[in-house]
Amino acid sequence: MTLATPALVLLIPLSAAVLLAFLSNHRVGALVNAVASFLTLLAAVSLLIAPHPAADHYLMIDDLNVVFIALNCLVGFTSSVFSASYIAHELETGRLTPAYLRFYHAMYQILMFAMILALSANNIGLMWVAIEVATLTTVMMVGLYRTHEALEAAWKYFILGSVGIGLALFGTILVYVAAEPVIGEGIDAMDWTVLIGRAAAFDPALLNVAFVFLLLGYGTKVGLAPLHAWLPDAHAEGPTPISAVLSGLLLNVALYAVLRFKMLMAANAGTVAPGPLMVTLGLVSLVFAAVMLYRRRDIKRMFAYSSIEHMGIITFAFGMGSPLANFAGLLHMTMHSLTKSGIFFAVGHIAQVKGTQRMSEIGGLTETHPWLGWSLVLGVVAIAGLPPLGIFMSEFLVVSSTFARAPLLAVILVAGLLLALGALLLRLNGLAFGEPRGGMAPVKASHVPMLAHLALVFAAGLYLPPPLVAWFQHVASLLG
Amino acid sequence: MTSLDFDISHLLAGSLVLVSFMLLYQDRLYALLNLYALHALTLALAVAWQARIQHAPHLYVTAAIALGFKAIVIPGALRRIVARLGIHREIETAVGIGLTMLAGMALVALSMVVMLRVTSGAAGAVAREDLALALAVVLLGLLMMVTRRNAVSQVVGFMSLENGLVLAATGAKGMPLVVEISVAFSVLIALIVVGIFLFRIRERFDTVDIAALDQFRGERR
Repeated sequence: MTLATPALVLLIPLSAAVLLAFLSNHRVGALVNAVASFLTLLAAVSLLIAPHPAADHYLMIDDLNVVFIALNCLVGFTSSVFSASYIAHELETGRLTPAYLRFYHAMYQILMFAMILALSANNIGLMWVAIEVATLTTVMMVGLYRTHEALEAAWKYFILGSVGIGLALFGTILVYVAAEPVIGEGIDAMDWTVLIGRAAAFDPALLNVAFVFLLLGYGTKVGLAPLHAWLPDAHAEGPTPISAVLSGLLLNVALYAVLRFKMLMAANAGTVAPGPLMVTLGLVSLVFAAVMLYRRRDIKRMFAYSSIEHMGIITFAFGMGSPLANFAGLLHMTMHSLTKSGIFFAVGHIAQVKGTQRMSEIGGLTETHPWLGWSLVLGVVAIAGLPPLGIFMSEFLVVSSTFARAPLLAVILVAGLLLALGALLLRLNGLAFGEPRGGMAPVKASHVPMLAHLALVFAAGLYLPPPLVAWFQHVASLLG
Repeated sequence: MTSLDFDISHLLAGSLVLVSFMLLYQDRLYALLNLYALHALTLALAVAWQARIQHAPHLYVTAAIALGFKAIVIPGALRRIVARLGIHREIETAVGIGLTMLAGMALVALSMVVMLRVTSGAAGAVAREDLALALAVVLLGLLMMVTRRNAVSQVVGFMSLENGLVLAATGAKGMPLVVEISVAFSVLIALIVVGIFLFRIRERFDTVDIAALDQFRGERR
C-alpha cells in the first residue's frame, strides 16, 4: 500500500536518469534502461490495483490518469527493450558513438519522468512545466544523429513546439485568472482537484478564451492539422525508439492535457461546448493526413502521417463526447499506442537491414525477412483498421456512435478512414510483397516487443476482458 | 491601490507593446538585439513594479532573471554568435514592413477587444490591462516569427512572445509558480541559443562533429 504512490513511479526514472548519465558502458546502460523501465511499469501496475492515494497540491492519481500512466509505462518498457537491440546495430554501423548513447539513455529516462509527471500532476502549472521538459528532451533526441536533416527537424520541432507551449501557458494563466476570484489567491487556484469542484462558479467568458489557447497550444503537441508541421520531420529523422515513444506516448500526454481542460469546461454551464472545436480539428487532421499518406516516400514519415490521422480520430471521438464515443476514443488511443509503437519497432529494424528509409528501395520483405515482413503486414493491417484487430473495433465504435448523432460527420469520417486504408495497403503491397529489393543481410533483432504489441492488439480485437470494458466505461462517463 | 500605482503599471506594460512594435520594423540584426535587450529591461521594470504593488517579494526574483539573463546575457551571447558567423547583414522579411505594421495594429486591437470584454467581470483593473497588453505582446511576437526568415530574428520573436507571457503571469494576482515558469523559460531560451549555434555552425562548416559525419555520409544516402 505504501508503495502505491505516484512518487515511486516518478522516482525510478529520475534516479535511473542520474545513474545512466554516469554509466559509460553502453551495454550496461541499455540494460539499466530496460530494467528501470520495467520497475516503473511494476510501480504503475501497483497504482492500478491499489486504492488511489489522496491528492496533494502537486500530484494526484485518479481513474482517468491511471489508465494513461499504465499505458505510458508499458510502451516505455517495450520501447526500451527494442531500443537495446536497435542501438547495438547503430553502434556497429557507426551512426552513433558510445558518448552519444550515454546521453541518449539518460534522456530516455528523463522523458519518461516528464511524461509521467505531466500525467500525474494535480497542478496545471506543474503539468505545463512537465510537458515543456518532455518537449525539450525529445527535441534533443530528435537531433541526436547530428545530420543536416536531423538538426533541421529538431529546429522546426523546437520552434513550433515552443510556440505551442507558449500559447498553452497563456491559457493556463487565464484559467488561474478565472479561478482566482472564486477560490482565492495562491496554489489552490491551480490545483486540478479544487478547480474541477468549483468550476461552475468561474467566469465562463474567460474560460472560453482560455480553452481556445489551451486547445491550440497543446493541440500543436498532439499534432493536429494545421499545427502538425513538426511531427513528420521529428518522427522521420530521430532514432526509431524515439519515434515509437513520440507517436505512442507523447501525443497521448498532450491529448490528456486537452481532455483535462475539456472536463473543466464541461463542469461550467455557461461556457460554449468545446466539442465542436475538437470535432473540427479532428476531422481536418484525419482527412488531411489521409490524403497526404498517398504522397509519402519515406517509410517513417508515412507512419508519422498515419499518427496524425489517428490522433485526429481520437480527438474527434472525444469531441463528440457521448459515453460511447468517449469509450471508443479511449480504446482507440490504447490500440493506436500499442500498434503504432509496434510498427515503429518493425520499421526500425527494416530501415537498418535495408540501410534506407526510402520506400522505393525496400521490397519483398516477407520473402527476405519473414518475421519483420509479416509483422509489418500485421501491423499495417491493424493500423488501417481491418477486422479482426483491435483498431477495427474502436473505429467501428467511433463510426457507429457518430452515425447515431451526426450522420453527415460520419460520412466524412468514413471517407477519411477509407482513403487512409487505401494509401496504407497500396504502400504495404510494395514493401512486403513482390520483388525483393534492398539489403538481404539477416537481421539481428529482438522480435519480442514487436510481437507482444501485435499480439495484444490482436487479442483485443477478438476479446476484451469484461473488467477492462467496465473500467473504460467508467472513465468514459467521467469525461462527460 | 492608488491611481498612480495603476498608471505606472499601465505605462510599463504599454511600453512593452511599443518596444514590440519597434522590433517589428528593425532591419539590422545588431539593432534588433539591442532592442530586445530594451524589451527585457522594460519587462524587468514592469515585473518589479508588480512585485511592489502586489507586495509579492518572489516576483523580484522574476524581475532579476529578466534583467540579468534576458537583458544582458542572452543578447550578449547572440551578438557574439552573429559576429562570429558573420551574418549581420540585412534581415530578409517575408512580408513588407508596412503590411507587417498594419497587421500588428490589427492584432493589438484584437487583443484589446477580446481580453477587455472577456475579463470585464472577473479580474481586477491591473490584471485586465496587463492581460490585454500581454496578449498583444504575444501576438506581435508570433507575427514577428512568421514574417522573418532568419533564424536569429525568429528567436528574438519567440523571446519577445515569452516576455509577454511572463507579463501575463505576473499580472495575475498571487499566481504561484511564476518564478519556476520564468526559470523554465530561461532554460528553454538558453537551449535555443545553443541550438542556433550548432545549427548555424553546421550550415557554415558543414558539420558539428567532423569525424563522425564524414565517415557515414555515403552510407546514409
